[in-house]
Amino acid sequence: MARLIAKSPLAGLVPVEVGGLTLSEVETGPVTSVAPFKGKQTAVSKALKAAVGLGMPKVGRMDRKGEARALWVGRGRALVMGAALPDLEGAAQTDQTGANAVLRVEGPAVEAVLARLVPLDLRATAFPVGQTARTMVAHMMASVTRVGDAAFEVMVMRSMAQTLVHDIGGAAKAVAARDLV
Amino acid sequence: MRINCPHCGTRDRREFTWSGADVALNRPAPDAGEAAWDDYVHLRENPAGASRELWYHDPCGTFALVERDTVTHLVGDAVLAEKVAR
Ligand SMILES: [Zn+2]
Repeated sequence: MARLIAKSPLAGLVPVEVGGLTLSEVETGPVTSVAPFKGKQTAVSKALKAAVGLGMPKVGRMDRKGEARALWVGRGRALVMGAALPDLEGAAQTDQTGANAVLRVEGPAVEAVLARLVPLDLRATAFPVGQTARTMVAHMMASVTRVGDAAFEVMVMRSMAQTLVHDIGGAAKAVAARDLV
Repeated sequence: MRINCPHCGTRDRREFTWSGADVALNRPAPDAGEAAWDDYVHLRENPAGASRELWYHDPCGTFALVERDTVTHLVGDAVLAEKVAR
């Protein structure tokens, strides 16, 4: 059997420091998409809670329990990360491990940088820790999640990893350049 | 221009894809006859003023029925297309 070397979505692109921001990769562990069938939301949420200690996340939320995270990613769908799942009765489950790149963006200017790329109010008053949104980063569809006072996680499809690092790096340099004039 | 996604909130227009008038919510019965089906498949209004349109919020996967005025560009109420009585 061929011996394949696993390569993470952001391998070779990060970690990097740019314009005062630190960009790094979030190691997600196993990732499963969970989409309850019609009328099965409550049952699936209960089964998920029994399995990993987290129910289906509410709209716009990312919940954590230990290593496990449940990220709302759209209507009737969540990504469960950091824990392998058993079969949940009443839900469509697909393995999404490695399908997405998750970039941690951290630094004092993070809100100013993301403001150039994301058409949302991401200030802490409107977008507190644990809040997530399905939105656009530059032209890419993404999940944007606040994970700290000056830290966000941005998730895009794996094929967009390089563009994401490029666009956020460019915006960070442009924001940093304003301090030079 | 901002549109209210009934699932996740008011968002910039660039996050949405326009899917035309709300024709798909008014599909005739299978036995409605040729004229009704010809109208449904081929004929479209081109209203100046109030219109009912389907917009798709791409990042979250929700179809919304949105009231929009094609003259003033005023965007009004939006509801889940799924919840619209057919
Ligand atoms: Zn939405």
